[in-house]
Amino acid sequence: MANHEVTFPITDPAEILKLRAGDEVTVQGHIIGIRDRTQIRIFDQGVEPPMDLSGAFLLHTAPNVRKLGPGRYEKICIGTTTSARMVRFTEGLGSQFGVRAICGKGGFPDEAIEPMQRLGMVYFAIVGGAAALETTQIEEIEEVAWEELMPECLWKFRVKDFGPLTVGIDAHGNSLYREVQDRAQEKLKELYARF
Amino acid sequence: MSTVETDLAAAVEEAAAHLYVWALKDIPQDLRDALASAAGRETSVPGQRVLQTILRNVNVAEDEKNLVCQDTGIAVYSCRVGERFPLHPARIYESLRDGTERATLEHPLRSNAVHTITRENTGANIGYRLPIVHWEFVPDWDGLDVKCVPKGSGSENMSFLKMCVPADGVGGIKRFVLESIVGAGGKPCPPGIVGVGIGGSADYAMYLAKEAIARPVGTRNSDPIVAQLEDELYGLLNETGIGPMGLGGDVTVLQCHIEHADTHMTLNPVAVNYQCWAARRASAHISPDGTVDYDREF
Repeated sequence: MANHEVTFPITDPAEILKLRAGDEVTVQGHIIGIRDRTQIRIFDQGVEPPMDLSGAFLLHTAPNVRKLGPGRYEKICIGTTTSARMVRFTEGLGSQFGVRAICGKGGFPDEAIEPMQRLGMVYFAIVGGAAALETTQIEEIEEVAWEELMPECLWKFRVKDFGPLTVGIDAHGNSLYREVQDRAQEKLKELYARF
Repeated sequence: MSTVETDLAAAVEEAAAHLYVWALKDIPQDLRDALASAAGRETSVPGQRVLQTILRNVNVAEDEKNLVCQDTGIAVYSCRVGERFPLHPARIYESLRDGTERATLEHPLRSNAVHTITRENTGANIGYRLPIVHWEFVPDWDGLDVKCVPKGSGSENMSFLKMCVPADGVGGIKRFVLESIVGAGGKPCPPGIVGVGIGGSADYAMYLAKEAIARPVGTRNSDPIVAQLEDELYGLLNETGIGPMGLGGDVTVLQCHIEHADTHMTLNPVAVNYQCWAARRASAHISPDGTVDYDREF
């Protein structure tokens, strides 16, 4: 299991292809915060996102913030939410907007594996609940769009040494979550046989 | 209200506001110990990475005086009200609600409360029937104990109920708990506390499961038959290999707590309520003179 440092947004798709399920990754550059209602607006209501998502790293989040002025916010506590609720947007994010990485907690179910492989995308697992640490790695909230969806807006964060992240699903069809579930289902049969 | 009641209402409101923020920032020592012990026995590489990050995060929250987790949850309070406590529960509820609102606005905390159909935010972590309060009434006592358990959605979404039949026996209960936790995978932020409610009725089993997650980590049910089942399930759950954040490993749960009630001869309900590793809780004891003791656990 290798260690990588990747700067987002990426311009070279090869950056994604070198990542393998289980690898550790630290992220630099800019990441985009997104959540349920943000993606419902983009895909179900057909509203074009007012930020460039090509080569982007998306974070499943809805932060605690303090408003400083029009469109300006200060971080209080920024953490990551459960990804599985939002898996159905994966294909569209990759094919329509060129998103390359989605980061959240708890993993994506199997339906993300095929589009991620076809479109050259990865799923990064962050440590859910570790928001105090995550907040220190977000240097600034640079931009906010769709403030009326607060806190489920589109957020642009500048980050430094964001991580450690684990590659949960890579662009080669491998998913740690699938492997763990397969082994656990086998184990359950053995455990049930005991009682 | 009389002066005594007004003063007590203010004390309860202040306690609620303090407990909510305190719970979010400073996780209890028994939980810290359980997390450190988990890190001591985890052998998988991603699992160890997760646990080290969790331990680092708990320290950062303390140093920065920040929230451990960004999910400020829904505020759930457990109240033990003495029969001679001089403030009626109707007023206690108002104070808990006002304290929750004040903490949310003053800190400020993210407000999570929405109307369940329109999904529009209903205010500062309060709304219709929010916060949620569990009540217990204690005869021959004049005190009030309040415990605040901010419950995050990642773990609350991983709640499960099955109306097993008597012929399913204890084996059916064990099977359902195991399949629920394996099915939940990494979503509820493992390793956490699995709360199991058995017996009673459908609604009461889930209520008991929620009571179970709020107990100090590793405490055991006073009924030895139930305590034995807690030990057994704890062992079995950690054999599933789900691991920290569902990335595979030895530590899937920090504990399994069970609360039970007697039930109908044809019922065998089992409810599972998960509490994430950031198993936040904070307690206070309020005396009839309005003195608040924040260190008393119950």
